[in-house]
Amino acid sequence: MKTNDFVLAVEGLTVSFDGFKAVNDLSLYVDEGEIRVIIGPNGAGKTTVLDLICGRTKSTSGSIKFRDKELTKMSEHQIVHAGVGRKFQNPSIYEDLTVFENLELSYPKGRSVFGALFFRRDQAVINQVKAIAESIFLADLLDKPAGLLSHGQKQWLEIGMLLIQEPDLLMLDEPVAGMSVAERKKTAELLKRITKGRSVVVIEHDMQFAEEIADRVTVLHQGQVLSEGSMERVQNDPKVIEVYLGH
Amino acid sequence: MFAEYSASELTAIFAMQGFAGLILFSVLVLMALGLAIIFGQMGVINMAHGEFMILGAYITYLTSNVFAEYLPSLFVGYFFVAMILAFGVTFLLGMAVEWGLIRFLYKRPLDTLLATWGLSLILQQLYRTIFGAREVGVSLPDWMMGSYALTDIIEVPINGIFVMILTLVIALGVYWLMYKSGWGRQVRAVVQNRPMASAVGINTEKVDRVTFGLGCGIAGIAGSAFTMIGSTGPTSGQLYIVDTFLVVVFGGAQSLLGTIASAFSISQAQSTMEFFLSGSMAKVLTLLFVVGILMLRPQGLFAMKIRH
Amino acid sequence: MMHSLKQIFPRHDLIAFAILAAILAIVFPLTMDIFRLNLVGKYLTYAFVALGLVLCWGYGGILSLGQGIFFGLGGYCMAMFLKLEASSPENTAIQSTPGIPDFMDWNQLTELPWFWEPFHSLPFTLFAVIAVPTVFAFFIGVAMFKRRVGGVYFAIITQAIAAILTILIIGQQGFTGGVNGITDLRTFLGWDIRTDSAKYLLYFVNLVLLFICLVIAQCVRKNKLGRILVAMRVREERVRFSGYDVSNFKIFVFCLGALFSALGGAMFTLQVGFMSPTFVGIVPSIEMVILCAVGGRLSILGAIYGALLVNFAKTSFSETFPELWLFAMGALFISVVLFFPNGLASLYQEYVLPWIKARFKPRVKTKPEAKVESKAKPQPELSEATDDSANLPAGARYEN
Repeated sequence: MKTNDFVLAVEGLTVSFDGFKAVNDLSLYVDEGEIRVIIGPNGAGKTTVLDLICGRTKSTSGSIKFRDKELTKMSEHQIVHAGVGRKFQNPSIYEDLTVFENLELSYPKGRSVFGALFFRRDQAVINQVKAIAESIFLADLLDKPAGLLSHGQKQWLEIGMLLIQEPDLLMLDEPVAGMSVAERKKTAELLKRITKGRSVVVIEHDMQFAEEIADRVTVLHQGQVLSEGSMERVQNDPKVIEVYLGH
Repeated sequence: MFAEYSASELTAIFAMQGFAGLILFSVLVLMALGLAIIFGQMGVINMAHGEFMILGAYITYLTSNVFAEYLPSLFVGYFFVAMILAFGVTFLLGMAVEWGLIRFLYKRPLDTLLATWGLSLILQQLYRTIFGAREVGVSLPDWMMGSYALTDIIEVPINGIFVMILTLVIALGVYWLMYKSGWGRQVRAVVQNRPMASAVGINTEKVDRVTFGLGCGIAGIAGSAFTMIGSTGPTSGQLYIVDTFLVVVFGGAQSLLGTIASAFSISQAQSTMEFFLSGSMAKVLTLLFVVGILMLRPQGLFAMKIRH
Repeated sequence: MMHSLKQIFPRHDLIAFAILAAILAIVFPLTMDIFRLNLVGKYLTYAFVALGLVLCWGYGGILSLGQGIFFGLGGYCMAMFLKLEASSPENTAIQSTPGIPDFMDWNQLTELPWFWEPFHSLPFTLFAVIAVPTVFAFFIGVAMFKRRVGGVYFAIITQAIAAILTILIIGQQGFTGGVNGITDLRTFLGWDIRTDSAKYLLYFVNLVLLFICLVIAQCVRKNKLGRILVAMRVREERVRFSGYDVSNFKIFVFCLGALFSALGGAMFTLQVGFMSPTFVGIVPSIEMVILCAVGGRLSILGAIYGALLVNFAKTSFSETFPELWLFAMGALFISVVLFFPNGLASLYQEYVLPWIKARFKPRVKTKPEAKVESKAKPQPELSEATDDSANLPAGARYEN
């Protein structure tokens, strides 16, 4: 199979922690512009897969190709520069800084030490920050310390911090966890809007939400792909039903 | 550099330096065991660890004086009484320090480091005020003096053998306590998952306090043993603290076996080099070697790979 | 340009800088005799170190317990130059080998070691004062931070390096002057540094250098770099996933701290007239941390006040109750950590500032050292746990 048709091609990926294989010979292909939702029971290795792709965890063997660049040998920031953005499960933002500064820090300019030292907050930066803040519903809160935002707003801020990096591949770990119904609706809207022209990998527990946004679904179980395809197909796969409802 | 010695002389040199290394190893192990428990299990840096050790040494010194003065007939066995006292006092002081200081700082390891440094300064000055600035030594009972001749040229001092046996007993005791006893299971449970341990009914605060006290108590015993082979001054503890931390970090903080292995390699390297180089260069080279290795392998010699 | 100047120096910071400058450059010289002023000058050389620690530890979350290394290296480089000048063949004619420093002669050395040779040259010396400590810090930084060693491990290893360097200096008497250090320094390019007028001048040179460092620190702090450091201290991982190579930022700030310390060390040698291993080892290094902690680990001006205050206290204690000083110092370590984690700066912010505000409402708007991060969270240092826990053995985090 030629790998360059895919944005992301994971092949034979394995990672073991003291002999325990959290991810075991896993292969996964994500198309250009596709929204892929990864589901699976607790401990299936979902977050570990994202960790491996974005370089947070080093794989034991296997390859991860992003647009033909091998990610397994790259460090986190290089992977980000290559165009992969990652949102964490618990909102990971800079509580001590304002919303504006949070977004500004994520703006892809002045990323080296001296670049940062001589970074100027010019009009382009300000405009871009404002535009992103608008889209994540935080335009009125730019000067507020991020620590004072609500849980849902923090999730949006982190999504905004990803957006301003303009990644080609977005990876979101449970983006609606802990959100109110109203916030969830807005988030679904936001995700649909921002995923245009991007490839997205989402980990989600909420089946309804997954169904709403997914192009295709991958079910992980014990570090391996159990089933893959449309939501409907996956839901009717006897192996999946066995894992979720069996025992 | 070996040319001027004959083969049998060389063997003897290595054997005796090796034995000197074994004594250093014993002291390092005793000091490091307490630290490994406190740092490895609790993640707390106790910069006053050396002062706890010295407290044990001073208690031994006091006990030996009391026995010499009032119970000369029992002087042969004073050391065992001293050791128990040393453990008891440092254990209680350790618990008090945990209660009054450490427990407020669990989430701020760097601040703990500074606070315990402050504690070490206070203890040092306290020792100086009470015992004077001069080093004090204990008089050994007769049976611990002299040496045992292995061959005609290799002799080993008896107090050294005693310290080594003591170390072995305590190391085995700590191993049993941490890995075989119910209490050790509680400690490890708290280390791995504090909220969960608390949820299943473990009194985590008490476990912390006793763990810290135990680490300090072992330092007290180390101090007791220390009097067998050297004299004690108010700042003697500080001399060892860096070495001891390196031992623990080098071994991989959570592994008791690692602590012992690293104490062994550090002490052997140093005492063997000491014969050929000046003492200070031997120490510099040993420490450089350890720091160098730590830069290559920061997790230490024996470390687990952990999933995020 | 005006725009960015104003960003870096808001009005309240300018006022605070001006007040400090007035105290150090006008009040002290007018009210103190040269003996006391020289003492202040000595204290201010420690302030360089404390300033570097504010950036490294307060902002970057990297606690180095080995800043004495850099203070010492800077000081020794300067001392080597001065010693060579003091050891001219005429001055050392009574030695068995004239023309080499006295301690070398005492240790039976018959010629100058090769690494001493370049210190005949002043330009080389000035270059070495800056370059040697910075390059050394760079190597330590690369070795440690590229491998993600941080938190308490970094603290212990820097401490070990300080210990190694001290043992080396003391052990290699013939090359370094041993435990006494390099003493009996007299002239700087023929100009006698022991006279009162020289001491006055050196005090002001020291002050100018200190303010240059302060301005650099202020630029770093107010710049994007400063915000990245704050962000890194709290959420190192997020910074990485925003596309920054975190280790480079740590290396930079560690090198900057080393550079500041080295300048302090060189000025110490010039003002006090000697350099010895007592300023290199574990004890002085950790004492410098307390200067920074007393002033407030997030306050660059606090570092200066902290250095002055603690050292004034130390001197007056040592003069009157020498045995009490260690008790006081120990208590200071404990209380500053337990009760005032943000040092004098937080006391100022909580008590003095409201009082000033109440009196001069329209004029002073905010506290000179007001910082977003300390407002947002009452105890920002709690967040240290985030990056430290990554390096701690305890707690295998297991989430999926």
